[in-house]
Formats: sequence, C-alpha cells, structure tokens
Amino acid sequence: MEKSPLRSPLSKVRGLGSAKHGTGHFIMQRLTAIALIPLSLWFVYSLLNVAVSPDSAKIELWLSGEFNACLLIVMLIAVFYHAKLGLQTIIEDYIHCPCMKITTLIANIFVNFAFAAISILAVLKLHFTLLH
Amino acid sequence: MTEKAPPTYTRPTSPHLQIYHWQLTMLVSILHRVTGVALFVGTFVLIAWIWAAAYDANSFTIIHNFLAGIYGRILLIGWSLAFYFHLANGIRHLFWDVGMGFEKHQADASAWAVVISSVALTAGTWTIILHGAQ
Repeated sequence: MEKSPLRSPLSKVRGLGSAKHGTGHFIMQRLTAIALIPLSLWFVYSLLNVAVSPDSAKIELWLSGEFNACLLIVMLIAVFYHAKLGLQTIIEDYIHCPCMKITTLIANIFVNFAFAAISILAVLKLHFTLLH
Repeated sequence: MTEKAPPTYTRPTSPHLQIYHWQLTMLVSILHRVTGVALFVGTFVLIAWIWAAAYDANSFTIIHNFLAGIYGRILLIGWSLAFYFHLANGIRHLFWDVGMGFEKHQADASAWAVVISSVALTAGTWTIILHGAQ
C-alpha cells in the first residue's frame, strides 16, 4: 500500500519506537496534582500562622510536631515531582535543538531532586532542633 | 531503472497564533503553564527561606526582612495569585480528565470561575495576612 504523501513526522518516526513512558508521566502528573490540592492548601494555611513571624523559632515549633514535619516532607516530594513532570512537558514542547533539549531535560531532573533533598534536609533539621 | 526524485508536498499548516481572536479559554490555558513556571521559580525562595531557618539565622533575618518589604510583598502576592490560579485551573483540568465540562459554554464558564476564584482567594488570603499583622 502506498503511504500518504501527507504523512506526518510522527508517522515517519513510528518505526523507531517510543520511550513507552507516556502513560506513567500522565498518571503521575495527575496523582501528584490530586495530592497537592489538600497538601498545598494546608501549607498555605500553615504559612499564614508561621511565616509572618520574624523568628525562626516559630518555624521550629511548627515543625517539631511529627504530623506537620511528615506532611511538609510529603508535600515537598509531591511539589518537586509535579514540577519535574510539568517542566519536562514544557521543555519537550518548546526546545527543539536535540542537544539543548537533552541537556535541559537532564538538568530538570537533577535540579528538582536536589531541591527536594535540600528542602527535606532543612525540614528534618528544624524538626529535630527542639528535641536536642 | 530511473530514479524518480521524491515529490515535495506542502503540508497544510494551521493558522498562525497572531491571527486568532484572543479568548479567555486560550489565555487561561497558557497562563496555566506560565503560573506553573512562576511557582517553580517561587520554590527558590521557599528553599532559601526554610534552609536559612534551619541553618543560618543571619540569612533568615535578611530573607524575612526582604519578604516583609514592599518588593517581597509584591512577589508574594504574585506567587499567591499564581498558586490559586494554578490550583483552580488544575482542578478544572482534572474534571476534563474524567470527561466533564468539555462543552464550549462550560469551558468558558469554568475559565471565568478560575479567574474569579483565584483573584478572590488571593484577596482573602492577603486580607487575613494584613489584618493579622496589625
């Protein structure tokens, strides 16, 4: 059968196979979004009570509770996971040069993992400060 | 056997962006991405703030004073608006994901709901903050 002359680039590369992770990306983006609805609202509500204070002791007090510390860590994981997925979509849509694309896609993953690690470490430090 | 040069065809292209009449739904759509990126940039401040609270009292005072100042306040108001917008429009996307609200008038109505609720929630939040600070 003769292929249509108006074949799209997509159809031309079909034979190369896909990364086969599209569904996982879609699901995790929605899953983290659903998780972030209550988590981010709780975080903003907490900030209203805590962040207006010029004294970091109030943040230590807030995070000295296991519940608050755990919830904030879970929120940070969801935030940076969601950010990684969203930024990845934007990079894939707008950056066409293959070299730049690969570089920014890798940087996106590194930066978001680093941000998650840094912020979680700070939460743990604040959580354990009052216990010592 | 003669090699025939492959014929070239001009693929049909969609109308370019600048000839579209701007509508609220397309504005809200692109703002979802814009606010998403803005919120990611906002995490720089979040990390600096929480890291300083944990490890560096001097930096914490500097960051706190900046955020309590006029430029910090403008940034925070912008980020809170971006947050509520991305939250409201994200919920709108989740409804679409389960197949609800695709009709034109529904998409228009939900776009207005996103704009109005995000502005109202931002105004409400800052009323609480500024009222509590007094």
